[in-house]
Amino acid sequence: MKVAVIVFPGSNCEHDAEFVVREVLGQEAELVWHKDTSLHGADVVLLPGGFAHGDYLRTGAIARFSPVMREVERFARAGAPVIGICNGFQVLLEAGLLPGAMLRNRSLKYQCEQVHVKVEATDTPFTLACSPGQVIRIPIAHGEGNYYAEPDVVDDLERKRQVVFRYCAADGSVSDASNPNGSVHNIAGICSEGRNVVGLMPHPERACELALGSADGLVLFESVLRAVAESSRVAR
Amino acid sequence: MRARVYVTLKPSVFDPQGTTVADALHTLGYASVKDVRQGKFFELDIDAASVGDVRRIAQEVADKLLSNPVIESYRIDVESGVQGQAGEGSR
Repeated sequence: MKVAVIVFPGSNCEHDAEFVVREVLGQEAELVWHKDTSLHGADVVLLPGGFAHGDYLRTGAIARFSPVMREVERFARAGAPVIGICNGFQVLLEAGLLPGAMLRNRSLKYQCEQVHVKVEATDTPFTLACSPGQVIRIPIAHGEGNYYAEPDVVDDLERKRQVVFRYCAADGSVSDASNPNGSVHNIAGICSEGRNVVGLMPHPERACELALGSADGLVLFESVLRAVAESSRVAR
Repeated sequence: MRARVYVTLKPSVFDPQGTTVADALHTLGYASVKDVRQGKFFELDIDAASVGDVRRIAQEVADKLLSNPVIESYRIDVESGVQGQAGEGSR
């Protein structure tokens, strides 16, 4: 499996993602500069966290017009697996590859903490190795992760089971007390209608080794590794 | 010519920054300030032949980049005074 990790000016989680793919999974990862117009034959695209273009104007608003995003859009529309983590999720929202937008956290604070997240859908390339309802413990680190969409859009997301991750308590119960930022319906991550594009605010790539306090995030990377292996077997 | 674009959160969208500013004003004794909505303001200096063109370009960039239609709406004012004239002219 080859993962293209897109690097915008201001990205800061690209090496964490690259490390997980290369050193933990033993797969191929390539950093792709945002001005590049090719994805270098990657099987998976990962938009990492950070502060692309300083978060000026709105998070992700300027990054979405980077030259590489045309290729990412083409890749996504072809059904290939794309994941946006934190700022990468915000870029996917601005690019219209996922519905909704981010507001400032209701606390108005930048929040950096471990959270529990429930896996609500296991039929995406990034969650197929999870068990339904599995609770994983991974960190968040954001000031604008308060997911918002119009009520009819949220209803649509729920009906089509596009809510992939929801903030919850350690026992998996979902309530306002386990909502760190005010996101509507405790939404931590969603997928596209085609299910191949996934965005989430928490950072699975920062929780892939026990030395870092949790290895719960690794299952997302193992999932996409299996998804890519299965799709290449079908193609053969 | 100059176009001014005012971008604000839609009325249906919660504005935690505006609420915090309103709380601060209440602390300062301004009980009469019932609500605050915070927004963004852009001044665009546009080289175009007519007021209509300036407005069209301002609208295009507001749709494309300056605002996010999911959470924001905008209003545009075009300053139609003679180019190069000093002063704001608003009283």
